[in-house]
Amino acid sequence: MIVYVTKRLVIGLVTLLLASVVVFGVLEILPGDPARIMLGMNAGPDALEALRQEMGLNQPAPVRFFQWLAGLVTGDLGRSYTYSSPVIDLVQERLVVSLPLALISLFLSTAIAIPVGVFAASRSGKLSDTLTMGTAQIGIALPNFWLALLLVYVFAVGLRVLPAGGFPGWADPVEAIKSLILPSISLALPQAAILARVTRSAMVETLGEDFIRTARAKGLPRRKVLWRHALRNAMIPVLTILGLQFSFLLAGTIIIENVFYLPGLGRLIFQAINQRDLIVVEGVVMLLVASLILINLAVDICYAIVDPRLRIGR
Amino acid sequence: MSLLEIENLRVSIGQIPILNGVSLTVEAGEIMGLVGESGSGKSMTALTAMGLLPHGMEAFGRVTLDGVDILSAPESAMNRLRGHDIAMVFQEPMTALNPLKTIGEQVAEGIRWHTGANRADAESRARAMLDRVGLPESQFPLNRYPHELSGGQRQRVVIAMACALNPKLLIADEPTTALDVVIQAQILDLLQELVDEGRMGLLLISHDLAVVAQYADRLTILRDGEVMEAGETAAILREQKHPYTRQLARASTHVPARAKAPEIASGKPLLEVKGVARDYPVRRTSLFAPRKTFRAVDDVSFDIQERQSVALVGRSGCGKSTLARIILALDKPSDGSVTFRGKDLAHGSQAELKSIRRDLQVVFQDPYGSFNPRHRVERLVGEPLHLMEKPLTAAQKRDRVAEALQQVGLSPSDMHKYPHEFSGGQRQRLSIARAIITKPKLIVADEPVSALDVSIRAQILDLFAELNEQLGLAYLFITHDLTVARAVSDVTMVMHAGKIVERGPTSEVLSSPKTEPARALVEAAPDLEQALNKRLQGIQR
Amino acid sequence: MTIEQTAVDLSQRHVLRRAFSNASFVVGLAITLTIAIVALVSLFWAPYDVTKLSVASRVQGLSWAHPFGTDHLGRDILSMIMLGARNSIAVALVAVGIGMGLGVPLGLWAAARGGWIDEVLMRTNDVIFAFPSLLSAVMITAIFGPGAINAIIAIGIFNIPVFARVARGGALAIWPREFVLAAKACGKGGFLISAEHILPNIANLLLVQATIQFALGILAEAGLSYLGLGAQPPMPSWGRMLFDAQTRIAVAPHLALFPGMAIVLTVLGLNLLGDGLRDAIDPKQRRTL
Repeated sequence: MIVYVTKRLVIGLVTLLLASVVVFGVLEILPGDPARIMLGMNAGPDALEALRQEMGLNQPAPVRFFQWLAGLVTGDLGRSYTYSSPVIDLVQERLVVSLPLALISLFLSTAIAIPVGVFAASRSGKLSDTLTMGTAQIGIALPNFWLALLLVYVFAVGLRVLPAGGFPGWADPVEAIKSLILPSISLALPQAAILARVTRSAMVETLGEDFIRTARAKGLPRRKVLWRHALRNAMIPVLTILGLQFSFLLAGTIIIENVFYLPGLGRLIFQAINQRDLIVVEGVVMLLVASLILINLAVDICYAIVDPRLRIGR
Repeated sequence: MSLLEIENLRVSIGQIPILNGVSLTVEAGEIMGLVGESGSGKSMTALTAMGLLPHGMEAFGRVTLDGVDILSAPESAMNRLRGHDIAMVFQEPMTALNPLKTIGEQVAEGIRWHTGANRADAESRARAMLDRVGLPESQFPLNRYPHELSGGQRQRVVIAMACALNPKLLIADEPTTALDVVIQAQILDLLQELVDEGRMGLLLISHDLAVVAQYADRLTILRDGEVMEAGETAAILREQKHPYTRQLARASTHVPARAKAPEIASGKPLLEVKGVARDYPVRRTSLFAPRKTFRAVDDVSFDIQERQSVALVGRSGCGKSTLARIILALDKPSDGSVTFRGKDLAHGSQAELKSIRRDLQVVFQDPYGSFNPRHRVERLVGEPLHLMEKPLTAAQKRDRVAEALQQVGLSPSDMHKYPHEFSGGQRQRLSIARAIITKPKLIVADEPVSALDVSIRAQILDLFAELNEQLGLAYLFITHDLTVARAVSDVTMVMHAGKIVERGPTSEVLSSPKTEPARALVEAAPDLEQALNKRLQGIQR
Repeated sequence: MTIEQTAVDLSQRHVLRRAFSNASFVVGLAITLTIAIVALVSLFWAPYDVTKLSVASRVQGLSWAHPFGTDHLGRDILSMIMLGARNSIAVALVAVGIGMGLGVPLGLWAAARGGWIDEVLMRTNDVIFAFPSLLSAVMITAIFGPGAINAIIAIGIFNIPVFARVARGGALAIWPREFVLAAKACGKGGFLISAEHILPNIANLLLVQATIQFALGILAEAGLSYLGLGAQPPMPSWGRMLFDAQTRIAVAPHLALFPGMAIVLTVLGLNLLGDGLRDAIDPKQRRTL
């Protein structure tokens, strides 16, 4: 177990390091002079030079890379060119929107998908299975931003029960939650559809295994075999997809936060890219990548908890 | 009234009949042997009795267990019967257990479900049962997982699960087919003991007449979903009234007619194996443990002369397959050397290796897996022609393929077919055709008949014997099955724990083994004649 | 083993026969073909010229002249959807091509060689997977400027590791098979075996993955063009149409309805096609519960 977790941890850290090189490298070749962006088109050459000096932009790339890396480790993500405030503050400010959004979506999608998948698998081949999986097939095909538009049309424009966009802040928790409902449903439903199909096929596959027959030969009724023997074995592929879904979810926030005008990380990074605010882009991308790697590490550890075969080194 | 009564049982999938009116009975305290080849319907009979037929299959007729009608019993009643009154042991111990649950949980689960016992009681009963089947607590605590056990040990767990509640009837469907002969004997002895202790009825299903003859009181012989013959084991085997019974009995003791061992030219050997060893790294259990290695093959030396047929026998895991891979240059030895006609196999140049491979071909065990399903026979059988020094023209290739197909008893017109259009026996002929197409000197055959039914296997053994004479081929048979060694080899080598512990003329090794591992193999090997003699003595007593 | 081991018949012909008796394959194929034909037709003809703006006929509802209505610049929605189909399919198709063309050889190579090459390739894959794909696509299009070509590159890059992984996984399952051992015993090397034995046996697997990536590509392209990073006006794209529709959702919901339905239908068709294909390749009937 320790060998396994250590190995996963090392792989995660190496991936993170390589990712940071990639992020820094890519943004290095991005056109646009940050100093000019901050000071505007009318700034004189002296002022530009002074600012470059102050921001350390004149140092060679490797030096700046290690400075940036050291900053990442200590939580100093630098200062935004355009907002003129520390990136870490911007991130904190936006995280209070994005994190709840991601968590609610993940919760919704899992809570819907796993029971539906198990239900369909237990009736595999029957009409109810075909209908649920047909619905899921449509769910997968839904672009989340279009689903968002439809939801806005029905619940905001038509029924006027939920806001069409914006975020009032957590001062009023009820309003805050209300403004996150439509965005999280838009994110969660297509993901739930994928997860439900994966759950079903993993369950159907497991139900064909020999040990299921052994369990039935013991006299256990179908339901018991389904929940006690099949579900846990089927969780392994489901976990894999769950890990991947987090990535889709993060990506989805970029679009969904734009649809709903939510001041979250996704919107922050989208605007930062458009404004060539490199420091912000670097910081936020690294944060997202790190969280993804962390999630994958958690998934790997879950594998080992579910599957005793992985606990011996590997 | 018998314990299990099956009367005129018919099972079909859609329009395809699987069983056509099978009848058999099992009494309490009796072992009924159900024998048949692939497709005879043995497993379907068993699954019907368990009420576990796959979806889409329907059963008609009458099946009663201790008077309870099984075919019409509702699911809830079957759930009470299964695991309590009627239990089953399956063929594949490697997949029969849930990999994510401990053996204790799995044995206790059935006990708890049927008796409503609390966890502690169920676990102590499970413990007692595991002790009974030969898995003592010191080595096999309840919290072991299936992947920590060997195949034989897993089969013992399955037996413990099945017998935990002293069922009236146990069905064992090919319980030892996936295990080696020594473990097979142990498992069957265990089943016999359990039957004697608990007055349990046992329906022992097997494709191997010799195995069943040794243990079963009565036999039912099944073919294509119909009962050919049924009765007392001794009587059936002594009289062999039914032609199919006769055919089965003959095939399972079949020894091809071979010219006496050719005089071995004691010149330069064809293949020389000298001090070969192969180490594998062992998974580390902790970060700081030193890297360990496992020696799969340990200082093995032997040689094979031209035209000589050598059998390498041993239990599973003894290192014989690793050795075969090294001889085929599919793996490199950690130490020692293999020379073929004077050329070094492990360190030769590519060109040298190519010429060696032309003379050194292989036949694998699985006639289903050894062909690329997407190619036609012409391409499959002709694949080794790639090794020829001068590339052949398409017409030349076709001629060679046609010739090889004829030599193995197939028709040249078969070359346009796909492998799935052939039966198992025919496919093994195809593998042999592929092996002889380059006119090699030595063929390494890794368990070449163990996936085949007895009657087909007799034919394939005949073919090997024939080609040995006609083409002057030498063989190295890798097998766990002594009957193969007896049938087609001049010399037998016994391998144990990576070493060759005994070597001698086949008849000598098999009749008077000198070392312990060889003795264990010979004693455990099922033998029809011995079984029959024992039965007859038993009756006279 | 009592049931005669019926080796699954894998020849191409039989897979096709099974596929055509599979409802989801047939429906999926019909939808996909329809959309492909619409895209092809748009190369030669569309009901209206979408580069012509007409203030007089802007934001109209459904009518005989404009079956799907007109947008805020008076362009015919039906014509725009037809041209958008061409754009979506082209982007996703080329992106799949990039992914397959580079990913499959890499995956086969990793499986054939094993050892450190495998390790390096798979770690590189991990690094690429560590970036949320759309985020990186946004970055790439932001760096190189918005447009269809850059959208293709951005989506294509993320298809490479997907195909590499599938090819490697499939190949690793084939390598220990006896027919590969037999080929090795015939002295064939990694390249020859990969080409003759591995690739044909994982082709179906790759085809299924291709339909999935195609569908994901359509969705990704829609997302990028929604953010304004895909095809640029006057070339219509479904995502951009949805963006334009968003602010008018209260007054003209049909502007959002039709492009969205076009996306759903295309993706649904491809997914059904892939599903049916998978079932035809791997007909698992075994069920005990």
